[in-house]
Amino acid sequence: MTVVELKGVSKQFRGGTLALQGIDLTVEPREFVSLIGPSGCGKSTLLRVIGDLIPPSEGTATVNGKTAERARRDRDYGIVFQQAVLYDWRTVAKNIELPLELLNWDRRRRKERVAEMLDLVELGGFEGHHPWQLSGGMQQRVAIARALSFEPALLLMDEPFGALDEMTRERLNSELLRIWAETGSTVVFVTHSIPEAVYLSTRVVVMSARPGRIAEVIDIDLPQPRESEIREDARFFELVTRVREALIRGGVEA
Amino acid sequence: MTRVLRDWLPVLVVFAAGMLLWQFALAPWLGQFLLPTPAQIVKSLHTHWSVLWHAGWFTLEEALGGFAIGCGLGIVAALALARWRRLSGALMPYFIAANAVPIIAFAPIMNNWFGLLNPHSKMAIAAVLCFFPVLVNTTRGLTSVRPEAIELMRSYAASEVEIFRRVRIPTALPFIFTGLKVATVLSMIGAIVGEYFGGSIQALGVQIENSVTLFDLPLAWAAIVVASSMGIAFYALIGVVERFTMSWARNGVQQ
Repeated sequence: MTVVELKGVSKQFRGGTLALQGIDLTVEPREFVSLIGPSGCGKSTLLRVIGDLIPPSEGTATVNGKTAERARRDRDYGIVFQQAVLYDWRTVAKNIELPLELLNWDRRRRKERVAEMLDLVELGGFEGHHPWQLSGGMQQRVAIARALSFEPALLLMDEPFGALDEMTRERLNSELLRIWAETGSTVVFVTHSIPEAVYLSTRVVVMSARPGRIAEVIDIDLPQPRESEIREDARFFELVTRVREALIRGGVEA
Repeated sequence: MTRVLRDWLPVLVVFAAGMLLWQFALAPWLGQFLLPTPAQIVKSLHTHWSVLWHAGWFTLEEALGGFAIGCGLGIVAALALARWRRLSGALMPYFIAANAVPIIAFAPIMNNWFGLLNPHSKMAIAAVLCFFPVLVNTTRGLTSVRPEAIELMRSYAASEVEIFRRVRIPTALPFIFTGLKVATVLSMIGAIVGEYFGGSIQALGVQIENSVTLFDLPLAWAAIVVASSMGIAFYALIGVVERFTMSWARNGVQQ
């Protein structure tokens, strides 16, 4: 079953800004779809329409065959933002546990799942730390663990590594691919980094700004699983160039 | 230990120097009718200890009562204002305006309403003084949550009550404590100033007022020392509660 289906989605904000216009997009199970475009192209808005955090002005958003609102109420997706948005008064373990508490899981099951999640993001031993004791990269791993803790079918990510340094970002990219493979989830990923989009995705959706539209969709046919060395592959460079040219055609001054 | 000494030594030196200056220069120069010496104040404190101690408790109880009522109402009102933005839009201008009013001017009115000798009149003054800073600070705290923190809770289909309980209130805690600390000072001011307009002979403010009238200035100053000590202790107590409640906060000891 199609995970995300957008039909004719437009969004006009109250001030009159046309953030999105006529967006049609489908995301199939196990896909990793990146939305890339210049700032102000509405990619974060689009992600929030999928997550029913912003209602579209026109068109429909369907998630797992349900309305986006129904899907949100059923906790069908987990979300990760550019800032980790961890709660300072909760320890790492308690932050990961938060959605499970809201889902009324019993204590034992929660503890087990938190331990699994800490293993998944390789943060074993940090469960008792408070967020401010962690580096930016570690905080973002906690946010990913929290988003995945209740096993949502869909993971929405809004520039999750945008605030990190290049080395940390590359390491977390590889880690995300491993997690994606291990959990079998579907990912919609917002970024403005071309190499990041190409490295991670099965499909890259290039958007243009004002109004936000889909300019081009590029299939990324790099083999799976992907090792970090693939970044030095000729095919990788070809695809980076294709995305870059699509962005420029879409009206981005590089 | 040496570190504690190093941090506090300058403070103690300044205190000692100040006291010496007061004892041997300032007070003799001004004369004892204008300013008694620290030694005279300490002596008076010692002589009238029992009366002052009871007067201090009497007034502190008024302050505590007013503090509890004023802060309690302030926090409840802030929760309502943060929950219903319409209400906030309609009422906030009045609260801000009321906050700028020298509320202490209402003290005689409160004495009139609740009875001059009744501690409730002083509690009412203290409560009104405490209400606004707690309300304004708490509201600011409750509404200063980052949008993503709310979006995250909405993505979990959390109810409005859960968002308050798990995000807004914990985020607001530092703001609430700032308000409460301001309120400790205001509640003492409210109680004592209320007593200046008349009250039970047991009250500290009345003691200060009477001893000035009788030219027993060392006693007046001794009463002020008691009032100050209680005010500082109250403030410090809230500080301790704050540190205990927010033990998760970064205490400067990082990693």
